[in-house]
Amino acid sequence: MKQVFTRPESLKNVATHFCPGCHHGSVHRLVAEALDEFGIRSQTIGVASVGCSVFLYGYFDIDVIEAPHGRAPAVATGAKRARPDRIVFTYQGDGDLAAIGMSEIIHSANRGEDITVIFVNNTTYGMTGGQMAPTTLPGQKTSTSPYGRDVSKDGAPFKMAELLSNLDGVAFSARVALNSPRNVLNAKKMIKTAFRYQVEKKGFSFIEALASCPTNWGMNPLDANQRVSDEMIPYFPLGVYKNTAQL
Amino acid sequence: MQTTAAEKIFVKGNEAVAMAAIEAGCRCYFGYPITPQSDIPEYLSRELPGRGGEFIQAESEIGAINMLLGASAAGTRAMTSSSGPGISLKQEGISYMAGSELPGVIVDIMRAGPGLGGIDASQADYWQATRGGGHGGYRIIVLAPASVQEMYDLTMLAFDLSDIYRMPAMVLADSVVGQMKESVTPNPRPQVALPAKEWVVRGRSEGEPQNVVKSLYLGDGEMEAFHWKMQARYQELADNECRWEEAQTSDAELIVTAFGSTARIAKTAVAMAREAGMKVGLMRPITLFPFPRKTFASLSERCKLFLDIELSTGQMIDDVRLSVARDADVAFYGRPPGAGSLPTPEELFEQIKKNYRVRPEQSRI
Repeated sequence: MKQVFTRPESLKNVATHFCPGCHHGSVHRLVAEALDEFGIRSQTIGVASVGCSVFLYGYFDIDVIEAPHGRAPAVATGAKRARPDRIVFTYQGDGDLAAIGMSEIIHSANRGEDITVIFVNNTTYGMTGGQMAPTTLPGQKTSTSPYGRDVSKDGAPFKMAELLSNLDGVAFSARVALNSPRNVLNAKKMIKTAFRYQVEKKGFSFIEALASCPTNWGMNPLDANQRVSDEMIPYFPLGVYKNTAQL
Repeated sequence: MQTTAAEKIFVKGNEAVAMAAIEAGCRCYFGYPITPQSDIPEYLSRELPGRGGEFIQAESEIGAINMLLGASAAGTRAMTSSSGPGISLKQEGISYMAGSELPGVIVDIMRAGPGLGGIDASQADYWQATRGGGHGGYRIIVLAPASVQEMYDLTMLAFDLSDIYRMPAMVLADSVVGQMKESVTPNPRPQVALPAKEWVVRGRSEGEPQNVVKSLYLGDGEMEAFHWKMQARYQELADNECRWEEAQTSDAELIVTAFGSTARIAKTAVAMAREAGMKVGLMRPITLFPFPRKTFASLSERCKLFLDIELSTGQMIDDVRLSVARDADVAFYGRPPGAGSLPTPEELFEQIKKNYRVRPEQSRI
């Protein structure tokens, strides 16, 4: 019998702590498949951030550095400069990357560090219990925006894929989603392209993955999935924002 | 690098730090401009790239310390440097490095504070350096050079101790030692047996264990076990690595104690006192952590009077008081740092005269 589906070698055979319906597991799997398909697992150093993504080392069967909150791109910069022969990627949430870590991501991208950044945008701080994030949508209620995000006071959500694509140091920037089989297949393609940039030493690559957080959105997994289509994608359009090498 | 005897050179303290780092095998430097330490990034931006090294002028001191964390986790000798306001920003990363048992060298050329303070010499960051500085309850190795030669030698030592004990090491100096030019013998890197870095992230190959550099400990008892392990390591440091300079203490009725540049001035004052027939000695801690407690304890068995001198309102005095015998007196003279507050030798000699007293013979046992 032909085996058509299996666990990627880059993932450990363990249960994750992610909530039912959370898209972190899907992003983990796609990144692991990319590492497997390029055959780069044994050369790869992952940089975990603070939030639900902190347990990267528990699920990926690769060497991992756990970075302070927001600092993963700086940590990855140090690791890559020390070991330019390694593949280095960060995996960060929206609070981590676009709030406390805005300086580190902007400057690492602007220097054109030869790293890959996987940015999981679920419009909220997941690990700490659903507070307002820099990507929380206008009007969205969270535990620290109980009346809904007020753009006149809180500012508008950051569109990171677009913002970073404006920097000369960025070689590849794309936004993907995981709410449908079609989007998952496309996300896989984009994540592979992002790693191809690094494998071929073509510069800084960035993936923004729109993800659900049913627990903190107070929704069941199906409704949360639907929210990605109905509310998130219209605000955060999917697509490739920069592809300098046309990979 | 050459291993024959080096010829003397005439350089600034900050340059000596940078030269020593290169000789020690530092291949990554990450920094941010701040007075009075900017000679260090300037020198390394010029000299590292040609030697296969990496120099990054980071976006902030926070960026720099986290680059240090990443480079160190990947197994490379790396360094950053700054002064007060920047060192405060680095505390987050230093805490994470301590929690992750990462080596790495941090140079602190102290300036006056708090806040933006001033660019003049200061010793008021003794507490920040020796008490860990960041959150969580940890210590780092702290070395206090008092000359440009020591800026060179102790920077190299910082790399070795940091690798051996798997914790960050700080070279704690000030703008006097950093900006002063003196002749230096740029000695070759000493041959020290270093433990293999089996813990580095390098890419996990088949059959090799997964290496994870982290500071999160959620399991029952894990965090406590980490702390007990570190306490044992701090004890090992105290047992093996204390360094100090002692002068004319054997017959001293009063022992002056000071570190760094202040100890240089105090040394002149001690010589003036000896000239005047007073039995005065000098005890200069070189390692501030580990603090040479046992030496203070044994000195205070015989000499019951200490005069602690600092360019601050008194910080190291805490450690001196914790170290000396209970019946020993510790007097203090210090001035808050800032433009014009560096004491003169004459001023310190006056303080020695004010505090000096000869113990009556019958009180000696």
